[in-house]
Amino acid sequence: MTKTASPREMTRRQLLSGTVAASASFAIGAGFIAAPDAAWALEVTHLKPETMATLVRMARDIYPHDQVGDEYYVIAVRGYDSAEMAEMVEAGISALDAAAQGRGFDSYLDVGWERDRVDILRAMEESHFFQTVRGGLVTGLYNQKAVWPIFGYEGESYSEGGYMDRGFNDINWL
Amino acid sequence: MATSFDLDDDNVVVVIGTGAGGGVLANELAQKGVHVVALEAGGRYLPEDYVNDEWESFGQLAWLDPRTTSGDWRVARDFSGLPAWIVKAVGGTTTHWAGASLRFQDHEWKALTTYGRVQGANLLDWPIDAEEMDPWYDLAEKKLGVTLTNGHAGLPGNNNYLVFEKGAKALGYKEVNTGRMAINSEWNDDRMACQQTGFCFQGCKWGAKWSAAYTDIPRGEATGNLEVREHAHAARILHDDAGKVTGVEYFDRDGNLQFQRARIVALAGNSFESPRLLLNSASSMFPDGLANSSGQVGRNYMRHMTGSVYAIFDKPVKMWRGTTMAGIIQDEARHDPSRGFVGGYELETLALGLPFMAAFLDPGGWGREFTTALDHYENMAGMWIVGEDMPQETNRVTLNHDVHDQHGLPVANVHFDDHPNDIAMRNHAYRQGQAVYQAVGATRTFPTPPYPSTHNLGTNRMSEHARDGVVNRWGQTHDIANLFVSDGSQFTTGAAENPTLTIVALAIRQADHIAREMSAGNL
Repeated sequence: MTKTASPREMTRRQLLSGTVAASASFAIGAGFIAAPDAAWALEVTHLKPETMATLVRMARDIYPHDQVGDEYYVIAVRGYDSAEMAEMVEAGISALDAAAQGRGFDSYLDVGWERDRVDILRAMEESHFFQTVRGGLVTGLYNQKAVWPIFGYEGESYSEGGYMDRGFNDINWL
Repeated sequence: MATSFDLDDDNVVVVIGTGAGGGVLANELAQKGVHVVALEAGGRYLPEDYVNDEWESFGQLAWLDPRTTSGDWRVARDFSGLPAWIVKAVGGTTTHWAGASLRFQDHEWKALTTYGRVQGANLLDWPIDAEEMDPWYDLAEKKLGVTLTNGHAGLPGNNNYLVFEKGAKALGYKEVNTGRMAINSEWNDDRMACQQTGFCFQGCKWGAKWSAAYTDIPRGEATGNLEVREHAHAARILHDDAGKVTGVEYFDRDGNLQFQRARIVALAGNSFESPRLLLNSASSMFPDGLANSSGQVGRNYMRHMTGSVYAIFDKPVKMWRGTTMAGIIQDEARHDPSRGFVGGYELETLALGLPFMAAFLDPGGWGREFTTALDHYENMAGMWIVGEDMPQETNRVTLNHDVHDQHGLPVANVHFDDHPNDIAMRNHAYRQGQAVYQAVGATRTFPTPPYPSTHNLGTNRMSEHARDGVVNRWGQTHDIANLFVSDGSQFTTGAAENPTLTIVALAIRQADHIAREMSAGNL
């Protein structure tokens, strides 16, 4: 399994020196993608870094939450960087880039407006690749415990004694 | 030491399944001194094992053996391998159920008489009625400790309920309360009171909600008359040349085929597995499956007309806090054809955690229309719709000979098409549910499609005449005297109410009948 690396493991300087391309969203280097500010980085071993960067962008376009950082989308899709999945993902992302090129862009990552990217995705939403990625995100993104507080969801409550004395009926605006 | 009966002991009653039907029947028989072997396909999980985590709990408790689906219901598209969200464990789906414990309305026992013939529907009156069932409902309510009965206080309303109640009253609804729930509002029956934890669907870690897993099952075992055999997956019911059943073949936990002899077999594997087992037990004497001279085994599958309504407000609700389903509006449960459909429906509060909300709010949905709804998860309120759906002969469980389970047995295919009456009722309920929330200032509402079924009914239905159904007024199959059906599959019609209380009442009544007939030497 690939992992997200903290900035301590990969310094900003190493990161930037290794960078061969950058989109608005990602620094893409040899064997990794990273946040432009080096807040997180992901090493990839089976997928091309550009492919993983495009997959992360696609994941956000499918389930866009502006208050949820890229790192959670990265965690949701990093499992695709595997020997078993690589061929399917590379083919799917190639098709996505081809669709973007058909609309006059260099690549999917080059498409500036979300609505244009969504148009491209809508045109392929019945595909196995799209449905695999979308279906995987339902648990891959929303079942991350670290994401729950962003939505206000409190998760497990038994260990706190439930909400009997912690606001099960505290609504004050009715 | 736990009781153990010999495989060759042909004096035992074998009960297949340990949920609301089988678990209760097994205990009630054991209390009367009858020897019972209960075969349970799943393992045993108790409150200390349950987890407050939706997906982890689903993996722990849900029945995930393969099934297939067909028909126009959206479940066949969105959850094609998961037609039902039910449990494979000791206690069955009573570990997962929400606890709503409602009696049928009197007229619902007589659907054909009350509604008249409905085109495309295979309506029939139950061979029993409200008056006959009253004392058994009394016993069921006592067993389950149902709130708002027998002097038990109602549960306190949580945030989700308070929103629901205010909207309901603004609309002029009168029958609005926290419901008759098999969840303790105070210490009762050696179990503690609800702590408003949420996660009722994941197994109650306090034991405040009634479940056969930690009430009827251990009490039956304590008599020394009940052996519960876990990880015992029933494969086939066998019979002799006289057409009486002789026992049950099952796969044990190691996958080895065993044969338990039986004096009587009672089938309680839920409305998919029970007809599947009858069909998989076909023989040269019964080529269409056991107890199927009517051709009705597997037919008339009902799942209740369901759906949900969620709403977003401009301020927080935190609906996940507290009892999952303690809130009901009953004004629409009446039969009033002026609304454009026969039968009625209940509106009940419901909350899902964020992970399940993402999966069920709009299955397959994506993009900002979907995600902006989840962005306001904290400000969301929710309710579930449960109404009477029409039995249709073509809605049925059949064997899918192209797909086999882990034991090599053909799986159940579940075919379901909505009846026009179901659709008219659902649309009415969506309008009313959305109006409830709009009356409290909802800024956005969601008429959410049905989830994988939790109320699975009707596939071995009860009938006065053998030609119309599979079992008689006692749940005894018309064709084979020592073969009984004890779960929701015996429902003739579904009524508007959550079915568990009725399944339990029927099981208590059936135990009384079986024990009496055994004593009389008739069985």
